[in-house]
Amino acid sequence: MPDFLQFCVSGLTVGAVYALVALGFTIIYNASDVVNFAQGEFVMIGGMTTVFITAAGVPLHFAIPAAILAAMVIGLLLHRLAIEPARGASAVTLIIITIGASIFLRGGAQIVFDKQFHSLPAFSGDTPVMIGGAAVLPQSFWVLGGAAVIVALLWFFFNRTLLGKAVLATAANRLAARLVGINTSFVVGFSFVLSAAIGAIAGILVAPITLTSYDIGALLALKGFAAAMLGGMGNPLGAIVGGLAVGLLEALGAGYISSTYKDAIAFIVILAVLFVLPGGFFGRASTERV
Amino acid sequence: MRSDDPLLKIEGLRSGYGRIEALHGVSLEVRPGEVVALVGGNGAGKTTLLRAISGVQPVTAGGVRFSGTDLTRASAHARVKAGIAQVPEGRQIFSPLSIEDNLRLGAYLRKDAEIAADLERVYDLFPVLKERRRNPAGGLSGGQQQMLAIGRAMMSRPKLLLLDEPSMGLAPVLVDQVFAIIARLREEEAVTVFLVEQNAFAALSIADRGYVIETGEIAMTGSGRELLTDERVREAYLGV
Repeated sequence: MPDFLQFCVSGLTVGAVYALVALGFTIIYNASDVVNFAQGEFVMIGGMTTVFITAAGVPLHFAIPAAILAAMVIGLLLHRLAIEPARGASAVTLIIITIGASIFLRGGAQIVFDKQFHSLPAFSGDTPVMIGGAAVLPQSFWVLGGAAVIVALLWFFFNRTLLGKAVLATAANRLAARLVGINTSFVVGFSFVLSAAIGAIAGILVAPITLTSYDIGALLALKGFAAAMLGGMGNPLGAIVGGLAVGLLEALGAGYISSTYKDAIAFIVILAVLFVLPGGFFGRASTERV
Repeated sequence: MRSDDPLLKIEGLRSGYGRIEALHGVSLEVRPGEVVALVGGNGAGKTTLLRAISGVQPVTAGGVRFSGTDLTRASAHARVKAGIAQVPEGRQIFSPLSIEDNLRLGAYLRKDAEIAADLERVYDLFPVLKERRRNPAGGLSGGQQQMLAIGRAMMSRPKLLLLDEPSMGLAPVLVDQVFAIIARLREEEAVTVFLVEQNAFAALSIADRGYVIETGEIAMTGSGRELLTDERVREAYLGV
């Protein structure tokens, strides 16, 4: 039983990161129909930038906002330089563009940073808290709490602010959004910036636990995408549930079966679910947008 | 601007989709306070013209002037700001959003304090929208969605209201209702209306003036009454 609890805690922690990556996918996909495979690179940029700024002697509480800002600028540049010029291109073309952008960002990070693994100091120390026999790292609370705060802020943004509703309106009907005076190009750019910030925060929160390096983005993008698909592409609630589910599957698979196959186990279960529910847990019945 | 200067003046407008030109140099004008109808068959270029006026359709030649300002190259949101609102073909409401959010987004570019009051006015005009204002707009019937689309456009306080096929897909009784509302908007809200319709009889009946468009060109123009009684119009569009 303590084992099970232990696996759940570590699964939920890493699942919260997948959920944030999946939310980033969802926000951009809804606003622009683009599946942004560079989403994982924002996580890498957040973690790596914080590591290198703190290594230069800057205190963590200044380094973190700076790293988030750096990711947001890169998100904006990604939209302006890579996505916007290809407006009107097919979904496949746009996906290939984002894959290209992610390879570019990874290569850039290898030059700007380095090829080593790095860690950040845990925000509130490394002494585990015992809960029902499971040792929980204080940083896990940061990850889960941070994810919860982001989800709450996003909920408020999309339900209570006019700009948030303009993003939803753009997602629902781009033509009508333009006809009521919404600058849809701004909205799509904004959604890239927002997703970049969310990814970067996830990367910073989890860096003390999982380590970070220039090439963590690709697998995170894949897991986050799988989580978004599992929950139902385009559904924010689905992204959260999907992310936590992928994290739990991985941790339980690694704990009870074999840690060698933890990635495979997660993907096999996702495939099985999608055979039965092609739209994911909360997906729309139709798949016209794909 | 003198009162008889046109509010909207379109000159030699050309536009198309890819290499296929849909408008071959359309010129027309709408004066303040008028209801002007543009009638024509399927594929004549009516929707393309409205899209070009709203700035969501590229224009290859010619110009759009509104209130004395050249808007030919202006963005869609700049045109809304200038006072042009469109009720697009097929309503195009924001289905997953609530009815109230749809209306509130109609006033997206407004910063004044009278948005709430205008919302109440739209609810007065369309009480059914008020009853269901927290519900997703996608649950409304076709006629109610048309009301919502008109209300949403009115929330921007337009000087010029563009309506694309407001009667399309509606039962006859609802068609009458929609046209009664258009007439009421002109009386009560002093809005100028440019209306595009395949239902030529209904449109010309409430219009001060009308244009007939055929394969991307203006074929005929006159007062609503003149066009209604014109032999060729009657034969081609009124089916009598």
